[in-house]
Amino acid sequence: MLFTALKPQQRILSHLDWLEAEAIHILREVAGQCSNPALLFSGGKDSICLLRLAEKAFRPGRFPFPLLHIDTGHNYPEVIAFRDRKAAEIGERLIVRSVEDSMQRGTVVLKHTGESRNKHQSVTLLEAIEEHGFDACIGGARRDEEKARAKERIMSFRDEFGQWDPKNQRPELWNLYNARSHKGENIRAFPISNWTELDVWQYIERENLELPSIYFAHNRPIVYRQGSIVPVTDITPAKAGEEIIDLQVRFRTVGDITCTAPVISNADSIEKIIAETATTTITERGATRLDDQASEAAMEQRKKEGYF
Amino acid sequence: MTHPIEDHGLLRLLTCGSVDDGKSTLIGRLLFDSKAILADTLSAITKTSQRRGMQEVDLSLLTDGLQAEREQGITIDVAYRYFTTGTRKFIIADAPGHEQYTRNMVTAASTANLAIILVDARKGVLTQTRRHSYLAHLVGIPHLLVAVNKMDLVEFSQARFEEIKRDYLDFAGQLGIREVQFIPLSALNGDMVVDRGENLNWYQGQTLMEILETTPSAQRRHAAAFRFPVQYVCRPQDASNPALHDYRGFMGRVESGSIAVGDSVTVLPSGLSSTVKAIELGGAALADTATEQSVTLLLADEIDISRGDMIVKTGELPSQTKQLAATVCWLAESPLDRARTYLIRHTTRATKAKLAEIAYRVDVNSLEKQAVNQLAMNDIANVTFKLAQPLFIDAYADNRGTGAFIVIDESTNNTVGAGMILQENIYVA
Repeated sequence: MLFTALKPQQRILSHLDWLEAEAIHILREVAGQCSNPALLFSGGKDSICLLRLAEKAFRPGRFPFPLLHIDTGHNYPEVIAFRDRKAAEIGERLIVRSVEDSMQRGTVVLKHTGESRNKHQSVTLLEAIEEHGFDACIGGARRDEEKARAKERIMSFRDEFGQWDPKNQRPELWNLYNARSHKGENIRAFPISNWTELDVWQYIERENLELPSIYFAHNRPIVYRQGSIVPVTDITPAKAGEEIIDLQVRFRTVGDITCTAPVISNADSIEKIIAETATTTITERGATRLDDQASEAAMEQRKKEGYF
Repeated sequence: MTHPIEDHGLLRLLTCGSVDDGKSTLIGRLLFDSKAILADTLSAITKTSQRRGMQEVDLSLLTDGLQAEREQGITIDVAYRYFTTGTRKFIIADAPGHEQYTRNMVTAASTANLAIILVDARKGVLTQTRRHSYLAHLVGIPHLLVAVNKMDLVEFSQARFEEIKRDYLDFAGQLGIREVQFIPLSALNGDMVVDRGENLNWYQGQTLMEILETTPSAQRRHAAAFRFPVQYVCRPQDASNPALHDYRGFMGRVESGSIAVGDSVTVLPSGLSSTVKAIELGGAALADTATEQSVTLLLADEIDISRGDMIVKTGELPSQTKQLAATVCWLAESPLDRARTYLIRHTTRATKAKLAEIAYRVDVNSLEKQAVNQLAMNDIANVTFKLAQPLFIDAYADNRGTGAFIVIDESTNNTVGAGMILQENIYVA
């Protein structure tokens, strides 16, 4: 534990300890108030923090919820392998539902074959919620990620259609959370709402958490496209006339390959990543999420439609 | 360990004032000068500023979150912002100043430890200033800071600053506000925000950022009495691990005070006593707890305890009541209905409740007490509820954790009221 030197009665929690205590409290409220929650686990760094927080909240017992991943089918193989190994390692149940199955059912229709499947995760998530009767989904979203998230509640209510209504949110006071919902409705719970990207990295360092390898600097073929770095993969091949360059990069977020770009970096350890994050000049999403750049209100629009 | 030397924890603060007071500009300035704004965000707001025909970058655009607000140009909901200074992390709750939004201000204030009340140096103390101060005081924010902004528009006049200070102290005394700090600044220029600037040399006090960095943390303000509402009971019953067969962990967050292994505790409502056998956090054993820490308690005796129960130190019992007198802020569009049954959630406990009496409503502008028959959205009133089940309470003034509650409408599941428990409920056992 990290405490300042004070008399025991006056001991102040460090900012990480305070954030951890708040997140544990939120997780236990979800478990106490909801009858059938799920924890969204993608293998990304935020959800890796959630797993550790759930261990701190519920061990030596089992988690009172399964892990759920909505797979676009376009994830980096290292991340999927990590996801499966981690779930097995901690001995909790992992449910995977895929956007491809929704496409086969006809509930997801792409505008064209090359369209990013990222925003279509919402449909598959709602189908998984309905299939399992989940009344709450715990996610690793943070308020510092994006403007529209700055007003998000910690317990965020979604109607039968999975919609978020920014003008009609439940007031949230003190640490008295209201996670009640009627059948068919859903609560999205965000235990690390108050964390920043730097907090996440500091927590990963302190807790010595293992991450998928693509978070660390590695060499990868890329092309420059409209000012962004686009990784060259089977799903995102180079276009005619584009020059493929081998570059040392790392990912700050991992998600669907079609909309997650790496940044140039030689940070091959968590310590170096923290140093880079503390002095970075571009926001996490601005640098790496191609989908948010569509318009100023892009994220808000996706959230209204049921996106996380 | 990243920062093993100094960590002043976390400070939650609230900014209140209207767009006209330069509140969004002040927050933008804090974020900008503490380097919490990154290049792409700055370039986005620069573009928007230019599109709107502005000469300089409008820092207030940083805090206008939602599309609806951007269209209307006002802030309609509480937004949270983050910055850090290396030794301390800050969470700003940005509450809109508009009269209709008393409920938003109460919401933002509920988690704040410091409030910045913005006053326009040209306009001085307004009705709105009184309303914000009253609400900040009502919700029990321990540190009030009056920031006299736009000093650049009154030629950085010390006389004007002193005049506003006198006016403010006049009515603050009437409200019972004892501790308040004043600072002159110009959010637009940045004078006295992070840097002192050249224009306010007559002011000898700390800059805004220095005040924020040295304000005592909320955890120091907590009451000494140990309060541990049980959130969840851990009974692993893992067949493969006989060591866990009798494991019963009581999980929760220390709302106030602290506890150590070996201390005597009493469990409510059963009234049964035991001693603390162990304190755990994620499998690690602790000797004692800090306030606001989430832990698991193990007791020496086998006592039946479930969610909603409260563990306290023996000899430090809270009051128990089925009649709850409280100051309530009504949050919902549908008025408080005498005929209906509501749900009150207090700590981890919930009980059905009905309105017994409205003593009076407070006009948040004139601070007059008015007799009323019902409560509408944004009303603040002293009321009494009848409860189906007893609650274990402290006065809000003594203990935010066990003095606060929310009112839920079971038909919509909406949070419709926020309550602060009054001293008159409290008796000495």
